[in-house]
Amino acid sequence: MRPAMQFVDLANTFDADISVSHGDTTVDGKSIMQMTMLAATCGSRLKIRAKGPEAQKAVEALKELAEQFFMGVSQPQVGQQEEG
Amino acid sequence: MEIRKGIAVSPGIAIAKAMVIDSRDYRIPRRTIMPSQRTAEIQRVRKAFARAIQELDEIKSAKRIEESEIGDIFAVHMRFLRDKSFRKRITDLINKEKVTVEYAVSTVLREIASHFAGIDDTYISERAADIYDIERRLLKHLQGRVEDNLGHLREDVVILAHDLTPTQTAGFNKTFVKGFATERGGRTSHTAIVARSLGIPAVVALGELSLEISPDCQVIVDGNRGVVIIDPDEETLAQYKRYAEQVTRFVSELNVLRDLPAETRDGVRIELMGNIEFPDEAAQVLEKGGDGIGLYRTEFLYLYGGSEPTEDDHYHAYAETIRTLKDKPVVIRTMDLGADKMPHSNWHPNETNPALGLRSIRYCLQNFPMFKTQLRAILRASVLGDVRMMFPLITTLQELRQAKMIVRDVMEDLDEYAVPYNAKMPIGIMIETPSSALTAGLLAQEADFFSIGTNDLIQYTLAVDRANEHVSTLFSPAEPAVLRLIRSVIQEAHKARIGLSVCGEVASDPEFIMLLLGMGVRTLSLAVPMIPEVKKIVRSVSIEQCGRLARRVATLDSSRQIKNVLRDAASKILPENF
Repeated sequence: MRPAMQFVDLANTFDADISVSHGDTTVDGKSIMQMTMLAATCGSRLKIRAKGPEAQKAVEALKELAEQFFMGVSQPQVGQQEEG
Repeated sequence: MEIRKGIAVSPGIAIAKAMVIDSRDYRIPRRTIMPSQRTAEIQRVRKAFARAIQELDEIKSAKRIEESEIGDIFAVHMRFLRDKSFRKRITDLINKEKVTVEYAVSTVLREIASHFAGIDDTYISERAADIYDIERRLLKHLQGRVEDNLGHLREDVVILAHDLTPTQTAGFNKTFVKGFATERGGRTSHTAIVARSLGIPAVVALGELSLEISPDCQVIVDGNRGVVIIDPDEETLAQYKRYAEQVTRFVSELNVLRDLPAETRDGVRIELMGNIEFPDEAAQVLEKGGDGIGLYRTEFLYLYGGSEPTEDDHYHAYAETIRTLKDKPVVIRTMDLGADKMPHSNWHPNETNPALGLRSIRYCLQNFPMFKTQLRAILRASVLGDVRMMFPLITTLQELRQAKMIVRDVMEDLDEYAVPYNAKMPIGIMIETPSSALTAGLLAQEADFFSIGTNDLIQYTLAVDRANEHVSTLFSPAEPAVLRLIRSVIQEAHKARIGLSVCGEVASDPEFIMLLLGMGVRTLSLAVPMIPEVKKIVRSVSIEQCGRLARRVATLDSSRQIKNVLRDAASKILPENF
């Protein structure tokens, strides 16, 4: 659960609404409950979306963190999309 | 009387009264509320959360646990309690279904827990216990119930539980808890780790237990054989009491041997090393009179902990072990997991035959960044003591060369940053496939030492999966084919004058010690609790006698004959053990 914890901690430092999706499931990136449940089943592709004043910064930082977790795995990919 | 078989995760025998803890025992009935009570119920939710948060703060400051794994777990709990969408899910249920807070809390947390428990990955499914822990905490504050506090124990007990949560084990009065038996769990589950660190016996993965037993009922936890006996009959109880006394007596007798060298009667010094998995087992190697660590498994770093281990995670674990051993040798084996077991990788190749698939060194050679992280940490730790490194599952010389090339790459990186390491750190390989055994002469030119891993060598030589009950009786280290391979590896190692050890289960099997010595093995690496017993055997035999036995065995043509001869020889040496 540590990765989810770090992710949520970081997400909460930004003034932005952050959502993370995997396939058809989209969850609130600031909620540990939702993130752990997503993490429990997710594959290697995550999509991070942010909306709000610090959206750009948030996506970059979270993407970097997510990539750290997957370091060493052959085909991790973190997609990103920003709005607002 | 009920006899159950599980996984032994911490050795010893405990006989005591049962203390049943069931983290699912709060069965909350569904009770509805009047619409007018909703505000009051939601007020209660807020209060319970606030008190739970306060309690966690207190635990944190009282136990100084921030750095430990347990601290991490409580940190996750804290975030759950502060999670607005988690709380909303509970209040939504109250508003919509008009149920009590207790029911809502219980329902929501069980939904989350069952989501985890249903995942086919032991690391994740074991985390369901954490969610039950949150449920317990919240309900405790809602109901103002006094916890069935294990801190108030007054007599010896054995704990029976579905699974133990960190809060439960943190609250134990350690003087009175003599053993654990749980329905779930594995070698890396919380129960196992706590039991080992307390030095009390534990058996996990027992399956459904009848937890509705009378409170005065006796329970036997046999952490040596992985057996739990609930409510034993007079005879079994008497038998086990004798066995427990025997074990204690034998252990204290063997402890006398601790400071004596493992030397045969004709003066040949045999090195007895320990196989360990966790850094906290390192001290036991010294306690049992071991000469070092012959196999330091590093898989726990990948399996226990929430994310892929960082270089520092590796380094700290190695440094702790090496410092405990001072200048005694520590042989670190690089990651030996199959791709199918990698918990943090979401890429699970679809393999019909994982034992012949992408695992161990093969996985490392396809995942450089992960492999290099571990190599950097081992190299950094190499200056702290007598550190050696070995690669598992090498099948060809090509693979060894490739792995060593990566080591050189990492060394160059370290040079660039002027990070110190031992450039002469010995690098050896495990011999655990027929391919490497047959080409041992070639491999010996480029490896600094061999360690024969008998478990895999037997599996691959005889083509037998010993976990498969239909063929497991075919699995035998005494098969002539296996012994021939072992013999030729020993000869090639001697010819090339490189180090050689045996680190499989055979090295701790009292019946095989004489044969191995007779075949020329001088270093054994074995399960730590077995070191004193093996030392006793070593000190009771002469190399000449062992050599004679080995020559006799070489003339026999069946596993059954060989086993009988070995058993006879061993029973003459240590009649009381056989």
